[in-house]
Amino acid sequence: MGLDIRIPIGLIFTIFGLIISIYGLFTNSNTEMYAKSLSININLIMGLLMLVFGTFMLFFARKKKQD
Amino acid sequence: MDIKFDLGLVDYTIMGVYFVFVLGIGWALRKYMKNASAFLEAGRSIPAWVAGLAFISTNLGALEVMGMTGSGAKYGMLTTHFYWVGAIPAMIFLALFMMPFYYGSKARSVPEYLKLRYDEKTRGLNAILFAVMTILASGISMYALALLMETVLGWNFHLSLMLSAIIVLGYTYLGGLSSAIYNEVLQFFIIVIGLLPIVFLSLKQVGGWSGLEHSLAPIVSAKGYAADTFTSTWKYTGNAKANPLGVEWYGIAAGLGFVLSFGYWCTNFLIVQRAMAAESINAARKTPLIGAIPKMFIPFLIIVPGVVALVLMNDPSSGFSIMVNGKENYDLTIIMLLKQYLPTGVLGLGITALLASFMSGMAGNVSAFNTVWTYDIYQSYIRPVTGNKEADDKHYLKVGRLATIFGVVVSIAAAYLAGLFGNIMDFLQTIFSMINAPLFAVIFLGMFWKRTTGHAAFTGLLAGFLVALLHHGLTVPEGATTLVKGGWIGVVHTYPVEMAQNFWTAIFAFTTSSVVTVILSLITKKIKSDEELVGLVYSMTPRTNVVVKEWYNRPVVLASIVGVICVILSIIFW
Repeated sequence: MGLDIRIPIGLIFTIFGLIISIYGLFTNSNTEMYAKSLSININLIMGLLMLVFGTFMLFFARKKKQD
Repeated sequence: MDIKFDLGLVDYTIMGVYFVFVLGIGWALRKYMKNASAFLEAGRSIPAWVAGLAFISTNLGALEVMGMTGSGAKYGMLTTHFYWVGAIPAMIFLALFMMPFYYGSKARSVPEYLKLRYDEKTRGLNAILFAVMTILASGISMYALALLMETVLGWNFHLSLMLSAIIVLGYTYLGGLSSAIYNEVLQFFIIVIGLLPIVFLSLKQVGGWSGLEHSLAPIVSAKGYAADTFTSTWKYTGNAKANPLGVEWYGIAAGLGFVLSFGYWCTNFLIVQRAMAAESINAARKTPLIGAIPKMFIPFLIIVPGVVALVLMNDPSSGFSIMVNGKENYDLTIIMLLKQYLPTGVLGLGITALLASFMSGMAGNVSAFNTVWTYDIYQSYIRPVTGNKEADDKHYLKVGRLATIFGVVVSIAAAYLAGLFGNIMDFLQTIFSMINAPLFAVIFLGMFWKRTTGHAAFTGLLAGFLVALLHHGLTVPEGATTLVKGGWIGVVHTYPVEMAQNFWTAIFAFTTSSVVTVILSLITKKIKSDEELVGLVYSMTPRTNVVVKEWYNRPVVLASIVGVICVILSIIFW
């Protein structure tokens, strides 16, 4: 079946990563909001993590296509 | 206690993006759905790693996630027995010894394997039971999802139910089994990444693993167990009273490690279907093994936070509670952990992870149902193949699609039924466990003993089921208040906990089924000739040594790696 699932996975995590990390940046000074997550900006961390994961998936999907 | 979440715009955006993607995957696959085989069997074209992740994702339904986190709080690390003993050995066995026959026999479903190996009546019995159970299971998860959306998000119950039904129907109708499988892979990653922050934050708060052990000690001692019971797995299983599961090591090994887990992993078509959709026999054998690798580590994702939740519950300053109307509701553990730790942003991701796990469970049920309905019920009893391949293909594709709609509609009805009778869920779960154990006995004997006959298998299945019912009717777990929990005939034995009762129900059912099948096989006439059993029975099938070049693609090598890691994990957490 002609669908490389890495492309949608890569795309969705890149989008999630962008939304959440940017939101994390904007709310970085909001100490009240991050009191829940033990004063860690969990949005920024998870956002960047997902961005890296998403880009990796897209990169591998692209590489496979060129082979 | 307030369990309502305050979701922000960001949270809803994440959820919306997820809905667009699941439907988009179905949409992208719709053009490949040209015949029944493409729709119902994914054209046997799925790469091993995709099938493997889907294999594990189908099982990682929301009831599993919520249940296992709750069990983490209830039983501590002993819950890992459901993984390291209760899943991995069965998955290895399925991959190495059973997959060659499921895949190699060209059967399109587990009931069809029974037809090829035994006879029509054995297939019919299994197909009808499976179809009914699957739809009810799908209805139950739909009900649970809608209830969750109502209590946690404040959404309208009926609207939530319809919305989830329409999305699942949308992508399974468009892309069939392929769409369900590809979405399960996506859902797998979302579940893992979405729950990751809870693991990290909860462990950080209690000071890591050693901090967790330290904080648990007084709580566990107060319950009357040794201080490290909840952070060990086998250590206190010498005596049923010394551990919260209420089962000794041999009960765990035989009940969970053998009967229940082999019954579930090796015969449940919902699971096996993922491996049967793989692109080659080697890929089909690798599927459960690739799935086993993440499966071994899922306890860290869902059980460990549950264990931490036990510490939080006993610390009033944390503000954490799972009390509803003065009673603990352990199913809420994961929900309350999300609420406890996640701010807007990752909260949306966590909720999406839960939604994803609900949907993967439901879509799995629907896609297994439509295959069994189309091939094993409709094609065998209502309209057999006419011989005109092209017309047949078209016809069964249409039937498969209609069965998908039908399946979802009946699921909705089942969801409302579940809402009317709260106990129906417990009741059905009990029934499910009664059907799988005898089925495993019959399939196992059929695959590895050529003498097993159809009459014996059919009777064995029924006898096993009846004994399971009888055992359930004669025993109760301590403190049972409803007849759904057992004892509806009369109470002969009382088990310390429900888990112990379930284990022994399965052990009795399996033993009866095996004994009846063996005895009847010896006294009934063998109808199938040796030639007919080629490809279906171990001793009748010539070993074909497929040479696989890369070592990491060889099932035996993969199985050994999985086995070794599993043993190491068990020793570390002994």
